[in-house]
Amino acid sequence: MKLFNEPSPLETRIISFRFGLENSASIDTYLANDGYQALRKALAMTPDDIINEVKASNLRGRGGAGFPTGMKWSFVPRASEKPKYIVVNADESEPGTCKDRLLIQHDPHQLIEGCLLGALAVGAKKGWVYIRGEYNYLIHIMDKAIAEAYKHGYLGKNIGGTDFSFDLYTHTGAGAYECGEESALLESLEGKRGVPRIRPPFPAVSGAFQSPTLLNNVETFSSVPAILRMGGQAYADLGVPKSGGTRLVCMSGHVNKPGVYEVPLGFPMMKFINEIGGGVWKGRALKAVIPGGSSSPLLKAEECDIPMDYDSIAKAGSMLGSGGLMVMDETTDMVKVALRIMRFYQHESCGWCIPCREGTTWLKKMLQRVSDGHGQTRDIDLIGDLAQNMMGRTFCPLGDAAAMPTIAIVKKYRNEFEEYVARNPFAAPELVSIA
Amino acid sequence: MTFSPELEAKFADLITHYPEGRQRAALIPMLMFGQEEVGSITNEFMNEVARRLGLTPMQVDEVVGYYSMLHKKPMGKYHVQVCTNVACMLRGGAELYDHACHKLGLGHKEVSADGLVSLEEVECMGACSWAPAVQVNFDFHHEVTADQLDTILEGLKK
Repeated sequence: MKLFNEPSPLETRIISFRFGLENSASIDTYLANDGYQALRKALAMTPDDIINEVKASNLRGRGGAGFPTGMKWSFVPRASEKPKYIVVNADESEPGTCKDRLLIQHDPHQLIEGCLLGALAVGAKKGWVYIRGEYNYLIHIMDKAIAEAYKHGYLGKNIGGTDFSFDLYTHTGAGAYECGEESALLESLEGKRGVPRIRPPFPAVSGAFQSPTLLNNVETFSSVPAILRMGGQAYADLGVPKSGGTRLVCMSGHVNKPGVYEVPLGFPMMKFINEIGGGVWKGRALKAVIPGGSSSPLLKAEECDIPMDYDSIAKAGSMLGSGGLMVMDETTDMVKVALRIMRFYQHESCGWCIPCREGTTWLKKMLQRVSDGHGQTRDIDLIGDLAQNMMGRTFCPLGDAAAMPTIAIVKKYRNEFEEYVARNPFAAPELVSIA
Repeated sequence: MTFSPELEAKFADLITHYPEGRQRAALIPMLMFGQEEVGSITNEFMNEVARRLGLTPMQVDEVVGYYSMLHKKPMGKYHVQVCTNVACMLRGGAELYDHACHKLGLGHKEVSADGLVSLEEVECMGACSWAPAVQVNFDFHHEVTADQLDTILEGLKK
């Protein structure tokens, strides 16, 4: 399938190197390009060896939270008598993120192989790829790849002539951002409303159908075949300490060459924007960057001269998240950005817990009021306070996801909110104490 | 209620994908794939799915109400979805949606009188790097300009 954007020579293509090959989604192309080599290797390894290799790779979850993958794999109780399951989170819906789509579109067998490696590591016999409803065409691509894998003996019974058996299925979502959160995804997989579960127990112990479940993002699973092929240490060395390997970064917004590019962890953000992305469009200056999907607090231009790895971005007060990097030029209206982000979270809040359901609704109303020109100075403080009060008080991270960018925008661009209020002819005077 | 043989085969296959006694898991895929054929999530359809999965109609209804892609009233034959989320907004998604509203004379989730076209302002659909994005039914259109949208809309035939 045709590539959506030209690759850049500055990329390090480890998991995307098959993108753009002829019939890249077919098993023939996969087998001719290192396909299922990692599985061959893993079939001769013990589960602990596989998990240790993943631990050595310093691979961290690519869905958003950045949890060390090897550690997550080691949490699944292999001795449990219950069946163990693999669940792939392909519910990619964090605004700014469009990479998992490409991994399935161009290289579905890499994902299947990743699932097989996970299954070997935790002793799973069954798995599902939960694909968001909007990605209907990917269900067809994935189903076709799964059928090919069965035909060639890479799925089903006695894989590679061993006693290892594994079945994999696709499962469609139906339009809900919340289902990208792992416990809500499991509820949805079980045929229920996608509301989060209280944790612990975590999915590793009690996940799909109350059984131990290994649940990772598409990109996380897709990275494991390369790790076993090249060795965990070699993969880790591509990145920086504590952030191993490469990842796909989705560049969008005001740049000349938006697209999805694979770079090592720790790649300089400004080099990414200026050299791979061709710089800010229309010759304008950079104003701000949202580094990891719309839930990550935005960074002002002067804060962007940092390496893109989990710890460096966390130190700058934001997060690498899902790798959705949105670039904003000097003309961007931050009040409008804050409002649009909050409209999204208000729409997607599942309504299960009150701080999120009510918090996002009131934040949207207040941001709308400021944006409409009816805001008061005290609204600006109230927006910040309300968002702060949602932090850490919700069942799942959606409340934080809505609050974090809002707090950052109001703090860093307060002047723009004040300009909106100053234009309101009915703005109330400052309150004066009469005591 | 009867379905096409293809859909019946699909339903029969779906139910085998989940552990014994956990067939409820097939609910959302059945609703999604069924909706394409039935046209919308009608009461009759919900009752039929409930019967097959051993659920009450209410249990199906509460799931249907949660998911934004399950529609109780029929959308148009061509459901035009314009993304206005941040990445698309930065590249003209909101203006493109306004353009579509004027061109079609429709608002959010409205259907044309002849049932041919419906419009929806949607949240991020995973095309951020190729914004602004439009989906017509399940077909993606990337980096859409107002002129291109006109061409797409004019090409929607009965």
